[in-house]
Amino acid sequence: MNLSFTVNRRARTLDIDPRVSLLDALRDHLHLTGSKKGCDHGQCGACTVLVNGRRINSCLSLAVMHEGDEIVTVEGLSDGAPSPLQAAFVKHDGFQCGFCTPGQLCSATGMLDEIAEGWPSHASADLDGPYELTQAELSERMSGNLCRCSCYPGINAAIRETAGTGDAT
Amino acid sequence: MRPFDYVRAEDPVSASRAAAQANARFIGGGTNLLDLMKLEVMAPETLVDVSRLDFGGIAEDGDGLRIGATVTNSDVAADARVRRTWPVLSRALLSGASGQLRNKATTGGNLLQRTRCPYFYDTDTACNKRRPGSGCAAMGGETRNHAILGTSDQCIALYPGDMAVALRALDATIDVQRSEGAAERFSMQDFYRLPGETPDIETVLAPGDLITAVHLPAPKGDRQIYRKVRDRASYAFALVSVAAVVRMEGGRIAHAAIGFGGLGTVPWRDPDVDAVLVGEKPSAAVFDAAADTLLRGAVPEEGTQFKVPLARRVLRAVLEEATA
Repeated sequence: MNLSFTVNRRARTLDIDPRVSLLDALRDHLHLTGSKKGCDHGQCGACTVLVNGRRINSCLSLAVMHEGDEIVTVEGLSDGAPSPLQAAFVKHDGFQCGFCTPGQLCSATGMLDEIAEGWPSHASADLDGPYELTQAELSERMSGNLCRCSCYPGINAAIRETAGTGDAT
Repeated sequence: MRPFDYVRAEDPVSASRAAAQANARFIGGGTNLLDLMKLEVMAPETLVDVSRLDFGGIAEDGDGLRIGATVTNSDVAADARVRRTWPVLSRALLSGASGQLRNKATTGGNLLQRTRCPYFYDTDTACNKRRPGSGCAAMGGETRNHAILGTSDQCIALYPGDMAVALRALDATIDVQRSEGAAERFSMQDFYRLPGETPDIETVLAPGDLITAVHLPAPKGDRQIYRKVRDRASYAFALVSVAAVVRMEGGRIAHAAIGFGGLGTVPWRDPDVDAVLVGEKPSAAVFDAAADTLLRGAVPEEGTQFKVPLARRVLRAVLEEATA
């Protein structure tokens, strides 16, 4: 089945089986292996990408459902130099093995936009905001991304620094 | 995953027609369906993609609100009108799944999410819901996320969701386009079917019947609470959840609509529980009487006995807060 979409600002066309997940299309057909297959069931978040600006689990989506969509993977988060979020992950050692990192980066990018849009979370005391990225808010909003090395202190510090709510270290 | 024909629907009528056959399914967000298809718990031969169809977004409808079937859980939870007037729905949605899943999951699909009973997921075990007549491995097996209300001798699978629990307390209705083209509106009560002798049949929907919208009437109570108890702080299904919509007048409970998650084979509400509360002054005795009524028909397994006292405590805590 034919599929045309944009991946990391580049128009792409594929002829693929309808069973192929968005994740497998990115990794096996477009050879963008940054997005990782952890659980393949929407539980770990390693496959997180941005679709039309919003974060989703690419393993739980069929590629053929993304006709015309704009996909951004970890490879497309920056042009050349690391983004501020990526630089903060390096600075704060926000990883150990690195397997979950592409998903953490894409998820955090989408999550910071959600806060900027004024979306509440389960951790928000007031549904009308304002939403400061406290540790409780961050833990709740990033709960869809697991790190088996448990590098959460570094991940949290990197995201909070990028959001401007962390300690200036 | 088994092979299937993929059909990108052009409009709701042709979508219904394409799906009006045995073993065809609609796909919206796909977050539940694709998971089950990978495990071959579900193996539709035709997938009809309705994710791009225009069912309308979120629009005011008299004193109420109409939510189109493909509006995502994230967009419903963040909608300013929902947050202001139907906050129990925002709270329920925000307590479920993860940010990534809520961005994908749709309103219509969420209503149809299937149980997370591990024996339903394990195709090597007996399950009357997955393979009618094969038996139930959950009874006498490992139980925790299972139902204690609305069960039958065929099935104890739990309805796992949060959104529908809030919708029950809000007296929401569901608009369905029948496969032959007629539109029909269902109450939450009528939409879901208890397992009985046919646990594989979960709703009134026949093949090709398409959910088009959810309607929220003007809320009958201004005090709205959703409380969810689970095994971890985030990204977990409810052990017990309570959605309360309450209105107080002159120190008495003038309206009470209580939905329950984590307890029933369907999103649970018991009119007798509401009736125990209405007209009463809030007190521990009244709240206990409501819990007695709720749990009078509970049939726990060994692994779900904890839900009986837990449901009582959560209900009491929510009612104390809602009537304070």
